Amino acid sequence: MRSKTNGARSIRVDMLARVEGEGGIRIKLKGEQVQDVQLHIFEPPRLFEGFLRGRHYQEVPDIVARICGICPVAYQMSAVHALEGILGITVDPAVRLLRRLFYCAEYIESHALHVYMLHAPDFLGYPDAIAMARDHRQTVEQALRLKKAGNQLMAALGGREVHPISVAVGGFYKTPSRAELRAFVDELQWARDASIATVKTVAGFDFPDFEQDYECVALRHPNEYPLNEGRVVSSGGLDLDAAEYDEHFVEQHVKHSNALHSRLRERGSYLVGPVARFNLNFDRLPETARQAARDVGLAPPCRNPFRSIVVRAVELVFACEEALAIITEYEPPPAPMVRAAVCAGSGCAATEAPRGLLYHSYEIDERGLVLSARIVPPTAQNQKRIEDDLWHYVPQLAGLPADQITARCEQAVRNYDPCISCATHFVTVEVG
Amino acid sequence: MSSKKPRAEEDEQVRPQEAAPRPRPTVAVFKFASCDGCQLSLLDAEDELLAVAGAVDIVYFPEATSIMRKGPYDIGLVEGSITTHHDAERIQQVRRQSKVLVTIGACATSGGIQALRNWKDVAEFVRAVYAKPDFISTLKMSTPVAEHVPVDFELRGCPINKAQLIELIAAMLAGRKPNIPTYAVCIECKRRANVCVEVAQGIACLGPVTQAGCGALCPSFNRGCYGCFGPMESPNTPALTGRLRLLGQDDDAIVRAFRGYSAWAWQFRQAGEECERS
Repeated sequence: MRSKTNGARSIRVDMLARVEGEGGIRIKLKGEQVQDVQLHIFEPPRLFEGFLRGRHYQEVPDIVARICGICPVAYQMSAVHALEGILGITVDPAVRLLRRLFYCAEYIESHALHVYMLHAPDFLGYPDAIAMARDHRQTVEQALRLKKAGNQLMAALGGREVHPISVAVGGFYKTPSRAELRAFVDELQWARDASIATVKTVAGFDFPDFEQDYECVALRHPNEYPLNEGRVVSSGGLDLDAAEYDEHFVEQHVKHSNALHSRLRERGSYLVGPVARFNLNFDRLPETARQAARDVGLAPPCRNPFRSIVVRAVELVFACEEALAIITEYEPPPAPMVRAAVCAGSGCAATEAPRGLLYHSYEIDERGLVLSARIVPPTAQNQKRIEDDLWHYVPQLAGLPADQITARCEQAVRNYDPCISCATHFVTVEVG
Repeated sequence: MSSKKPRAEEDEQVRPQEAAPRPRPTVAVFKFASCDGCQLSLLDAEDELLAVAGAVDIVYFPEATSIMRKGPYDIGLVEGSITTHHDAERIQQVRRQSKVLVTIGACATSGGIQALRNWKDVAEFVRAVYAKPDFISTLKMSTPVAEHVPVDFELRGCPINKAQLIELIAAMLAGRKPNIPTYAVCIECKRRANVCVEVAQGIACLGPVTQAGCGALCPSFNRGCYGCFGPMESPNTPALTGRLRLLGQDDDAIVRAFRGYSAWAWQFRQAGEECERS
């Protein structure tokens, strides 16, 4: 939509399609100059950190899953790590592996959804994957099979794809047998090959000539591509424990958004998500994933946000490869769950959700009830960065007809796979 | 009328469902306060998605498509609860535009997890948690869609069971009542030959009062049901409360058990409040 008065134009998207949750964009232009960019988030706040107060710590993984239907495992993982830190629980190595496997399953499901069903239609000129299927039936069928491979693994580990029920503080309520997991090997091998083919397919799309100098923030682990563990590092030289997060990151409440904007205290906006992980952890990817990237000329640092679709495809290769490696190695733990004596305390953890760094911190009392909770989801962190991308990208588009500017801006937002439902549930709770 | 006879002859040769290409019913998917998980269940029905998309015309589903056709719609699927003034108005429009309105999931059907605010002073809460509370527009309560407009069918679950969603769509296309059982999770446990976690291990379980639909997932994973599908038809909550006390659960824990994902469903609301009073 466009209105024109005295050379001033405004671009409005009232409802962003193919993103999770409810948001829109407002851009004000004068000639080729951008005067204002706002990513509006009108998704209603659900106030999660409020309900968590007074709940027992063992209920937390189930409750926080409900923040996001697309990445519930991420919320469960950050929560259990933070709470286990408070209770001094160390899980069995097999439980640690299973959690990593669970995360891989979520990456496959979430990335396949975004790459094929939410983002590819932009590049191929369709309103959605269903319309795309009329001309590219086989591609869409493969995409659905790939997504299903992730979802079936999720269901095997967690009972169901959305809001799995197996995750507990201390481990799992039930762990799978070796044979149950071995049954996935053939399909995951197919999925890995399909992911390698996906890298090639999406790398062949047309990408706008647009690069930004991002400060990338992601976890980094001594020898793994980061999912559950690692230090928070950045391309600007940060190297922190999750406990130091608040010293370096700050949130702002702005009028046009029901989600808070995160910024680096020193330097402003930053980037989390697949591109940040890839840029900071390329050397930790399995060789097949690195080779798939090299074959299409993708190397760190990737500075073109539109190429995030290729990076997501590379992470699909990683997730399949990693899942296969874990399944090969897996022996069930002696007990699914470690139980610990309840003690009061506070703790935090960060893990890598499919959309980027997800930070949780909790304080519990001596009965094990939550006193305070704080959750910083990836989309809240990327929000400012999405606006910054639009500030820099829109001048390139100024000569285009309004409907094309609008479509390109929407595509630029979708580069981030924003999860607006997640972002909005972020509120800061001050106790006392 | 002369045209009648040839039509009848045609009918004999062509099976009724393959006859005259009926226009496909239009489907719209709306979101209110929710996590997106229930509408995602439609996209998660990987084996059926393309068939569904062939049988109905999905004309409004922002999570999945840029097509946003205006109503009226034959079927409106509504996810999420009503928590803002704007949404309270929007649900009226959605009702006016939808010939059949179906709520999908615990948020739309009973207010969802965010209905836990209904027992708190939300105004004070928002002041305490947001730096600039004036920016936040939220209602004191999170309420189910049926408290605002008439609802034709409710699909339970947090999240819904995608097989039930497909059954619902298939039933609507065939013009029959969906086959969605309203009995307790216990029946599903028996069908799966689960040993009762409550009887055998003394684990607190809401299965006896919770509607089936998940396939008794939690007991199958060696834990108690926590009520995702909300109250079954005529649940005996006082009996369960008594049983949970015998298992050594204190009243706070029992109240928390009823105040979960379907906390505002009246049967669970009443059970929790009775326990609080006693």
